Amino acid sequence: MSDSAVDSDEVRHVADLARVDLAEEELERFAEQFGEILDAFETLDEVPEIERESDLVNVMRPDEVRDSLDQEQALQNAPEDEEGFFKGPKVS
Amino acid sequence: MSYNAFITRETIESDAEGPLADKTVAVKDNISTEGVRTTCGSAMLEEYVPPYDATVVERLLDAGATIPGKTNMDEFGMGTTTETSAFGPTDNPAAEGRVPGGSSGGSAAAVAAGEADLALGTDTGGSVRCPAAFTGTVGIKPTYGLVSRYGLIAYANSLEQIGPIAPSVEEAAELLEVIAGPDERDATTREAPWASEERAGDAREQREASGDSYADAADGDVEGLEIGIPTELLDGADEEVVETFWDAIDELEARGASYHEVSMESLEHAVEAYYVIAMSEASSNLARFDGVRYGPTPDYEGNWNEEFAAVREEGFGEEVKRRILLGTYALSAGYHDKYYKQAQDARAWVKQDFDSALEEADVLASPTMPVPPMERGESLDDPLTMYLADANTTPVNLANLPAISVPAGETSDGLPVGLQLIGPAFGETEIIRAGSALA
Repeated sequence: MSDSAVDSDEVRHVADLARVDLAEEELERFAEQFGEILDAFETLDEVPEIERESDLVNVMRPDEVRDSLDQEQALQNAPEDEEGFFKGPKVS
Repeated sequence: MSYNAFITRETIESDAEGPLADKTVAVKDNISTEGVRTTCGSAMLEEYVPPYDATVVERLLDAGATIPGKTNMDEFGMGTTTETSAFGPTDNPAAEGRVPGGSSGGSAAAVAAGEADLALGTDTGGSVRCPAAFTGTVGIKPTYGLVSRYGLIAYANSLEQIGPIAPSVEEAAELLEVIAGPDERDATTREAPWASEERAGDAREQREASGDSYADAADGDVEGLEIGIPTELLDGADEEVVETFWDAIDELEARGASYHEVSMESLEHAVEAYYVIAMSEASSNLARFDGVRYGPTPDYEGNWNEEFAAVREEGFGEEVKRRILLGTYALSAGYHDKYYKQAQDARAWVKQDFDSALEEADVLASPTMPVPPMERGESLDDPLTMYLADANTTPVNLANLPAISVPAGETSDGLPVGLQLIGPAFGETEIIRAGSALA
């Protein structure tokens, strides 16, 4: 039994947050594997707090109009579209 | 025999004259090709046809290359064996019955089998170097920011780079030359520091003018080269892999290089930090796959949340779901500080350790992979073991550094072993020169 035991209810909760349905046997398998994987992640507790100096700088450019995909190209991979729009499922 | 190296065989021709005019360059299937489907090895994108080319594809075609097709890969780059592809596993031409490594296993197998002269892969945590090591080819993971990611379908964008796979270091360097350089469509690309301030935009011209192109650096001259060997990357590695590694170091020493061992304590936590960060980024990046703009045609009843969850169950394979869920968990309320913040601390620590080690050495060396190529099917049931196999490659991505994998030799069973050489940021010439002494 791992220290970070995860039960299938917790996996179900995370799957809900991530919008991924899971089959019952996947839930159970994931619960078992997640305990082991999270145990490995626990070793990060040993990492000292690090003074992080960032050498990153913003990259700016003028905001100007340029060519982009036209409506037809943007919609070409959509399973469903209607009058130039993507068609999605109902909201509620 | 077919190694299943390609997901789609469709030739993209170029009329341009250029350094790649007589070469075929296979392209990993997470790099967008206009009009040619780009699946990421996923059922989710089985019919996705990009309306534009990735910058690296434009550069290949401008250089005259012919693209013979799109190569197989672990789904969305998530795997070390090219077995999580929705289009079936790829076999290893250099060790049949074994995995070709991953996630760019199709690209490496295509080169190893002679089905393409060269190939592009992508490396998020070793996905170019691992398959190069497992198939006896050469692979380069460039410094973060050297190669544009525009048109690369993202898995973990703070870690990944597109890189070349080739039969020799010189050919890999030639391909790197073509794809490297700033791109206004990827704001994380930057001038390599050898470009003068006044002449922004001409990094390559500068380097070529000084006669020091990446391919020119492949001169095999390691006289006076100082190699640092992080002991943590030898601990726990397969015995024969370690023996083969030392044979390659002996070879470099015989040609004028010298080495010393160095301890880098942070590396003991790198692979865990890598997975926390990569999974967290993946959970966000892959949120876009909801069946509205692309994806399987949804015909479910229900509200949008229910329908998205159904499309994502259908479209994603098990490893992708596992990583999305673990990433969602690591970022969720109450766990963010515990996992994600600590992983970022570990990332900063790894960077500092590399900076110190590279003050005392020109390059750092390790076995690319701690194990020889696994038998097919061996690692699929045990995700944690598969993750830990990335212990030597992931630190490089955390530190944004360049690294090359070159063939080091073979085990007594004839299985390929790769040597990894790590250089300072934008120090590609250094690792190319060192690697070219061996391949």
